[in-house]
Amino acid sequence: MSAGDVLAVAEHRQGDLRDVSLELVSAGSALAGAEGGRLHVAVVSGDVDAYADELSVQGVDAIHTVAAGEEFNHDVYVAAVSALVDHLEPTHLLVPNTVDGMDYAPALAESLDRPIVTDAVEVDTDDDGLVVHREMYGSKVETTVAVDDGPFVVTIRPGEFSRAGGSSDPDVVAHDVDVDLDALGSTVEGYEAVETGDVDITEADFLISIGRGIDEEENLELVQDLAEATGGTVSASRPIVDNGWLDRGRQVGQSGKTVTPTVYLAIGISGAVQHVAGMKNADTIIAINTDPNAPIFDVADYGIVGDLFDVVPALIEQFD
Amino acid sequence: MKVLVTVTESAEVADDFAIDDDGIDERHVTYDLNEWDDYAVEAGVQLVEAGVADEAVAVTVGPERSEETIRKALAKGVDRAVRIWDDALAEQALLDVSTKARLLAAVAEEEDPDVVLGGVQASDDGFGATGVALAERLGYEWAAVVSELDVDAEGGEANVHRELEGGLHERLTVDLPAVFTIQTGINEPRYASLRGIRQAQSKEIETKTPADLGVSDVTSRLELRELFVPDAESEAEYLEGDAEEQAAQLADVLRDAGVVAE
Repeated sequence: MSAGDVLAVAEHRQGDLRDVSLELVSAGSALAGAEGGRLHVAVVSGDVDAYADELSVQGVDAIHTVAAGEEFNHDVYVAAVSALVDHLEPTHLLVPNTVDGMDYAPALAESLDRPIVTDAVEVDTDDDGLVVHREMYGSKVETTVAVDDGPFVVTIRPGEFSRAGGSSDPDVVAHDVDVDLDALGSTVEGYEAVETGDVDITEADFLISIGRGIDEEENLELVQDLAEATGGTVSASRPIVDNGWLDRGRQVGQSGKTVTPTVYLAIGISGAVQHVAGMKNADTIIAINTDPNAPIFDVADYGIVGDLFDVVPALIEQFD
Repeated sequence: MKVLVTVTESAEVADDFAIDDDGIDERHVTYDLNEWDDYAVEAGVQLVEAGVADEAVAVTVGPERSEETIRKALAKGVDRAVRIWDDALAEQALLDVSTKARLLAAVAEEEDPDVVLGGVQASDDGFGATGVALAERLGYEWAAVVSELDVDAEGGEANVHRELEGGLHERLTVDLPAVFTIQTGINEPRYASLRGIRQAQSKEIETKTPADLGVSDVTSRLELRELFVPDAESEAEYLEGDAEEQAAQLADVLRDAGVVAE
């Protein structure tokens, strides 16, 4: 075991290194620094040399490349990262808590017989080992989870750590990992983008966005009246789209659209992290919610604690 | 062909909850079938209704209270259920993923399903790791965060979409047997009919202990140390007054921002 060493696994898609990779470098270099270890970064599949260049930022001691296949495949990732873990024996293994991370980190942990803690928003160490901060109950409660004894696997929530920058000159080591690409149990056939529908919400100046608080499909009319009175565009959080009340093109959030309107009016939206990821960069954020502790108020510039069924009709009257 | 659906009851805390030394005060907690699992149950029942599968069996790790949640799955059309619990499990503040996977895998080995479905994550702890760990333990194939599922039982494979970030879907073919973690919105979960609710009362919920399943030690490798309400980071300016007064101030904000037509 190389005490205090960290191995962070980078992520890329369709030829682009994803931002979360540099966030893992920040998280990983802080951990390695606290324990006098080294930060190793793994990059698997695709144009690994180009990704290694981009990952040569401050805090990175070594980059390990495994050129096998083009895009993400969990069998390849499990095989490649397992081989690197056997070779490097890091204490800490960091993986992005992304859709792809969720598709291989648990299998990796299971095959390495390491405990896994997912969706970390903060990572620390104390005398006993690793302490992970994570949220529960839709961000209403924060918890600290300690891992009895290392080594382990931690997945890191995107957007919580700064992106590492600067430049450095780490060792770049190419590894041959024996993966039979013809014998994989799952095969990626391609990608599809969700259709935008009749309106492009990313172009809107004023978004009136609704969430679970709207309760019933027929209450959508109220919000459409507000949109008509103000010239705003209606968008929504995930549950509204899952219910089929609005089309997928109207969904704001991690799995939907990222929007940056002048004003984002969130009505009856609690502000789950996946939603906030898609709207936090709006110029002005206004939230209407009955729950004064709703996380949406943490990102809001203006807040109204109140019942949307009282406030929205009164607001429509203001523009009649 | 058989479908195994992993379900869990999920805790929801009320808006005005309180945390004391023992965690969240139970008076502020309600339990329900985990939202993501509701979609997995629907997907499983649809496979039976379509004649692709002969039987849908649910499995849960949970206390006696969770039978109420399991009954909901049975009322929606799941044929029977297995509940795993004992005193040692009750003592774990935060069960680790590997223990859950070992327990579920033991049931899966008895049931021998071709398709295992579960929600992407539980809405309370948000771990999102059990399904994929289970697949690895069973030696099954898998796909996480599935938003479309088309099982070809005869061909021994499934065509699925995984929902990636930013409105992108990945299309893939997965060999069976396999575990799929199901994303919300993949279908429209039904409400249980009165007839379904009546029938559920007579459906079997078999109780098993970890020892019955050959799992001797369930001690978690994770320690839940603290629970606390995160510091409010809100810098919002709150608009006070009754609804009319709040609306008037909000209208001014919108006018000042120049986004409303006058």
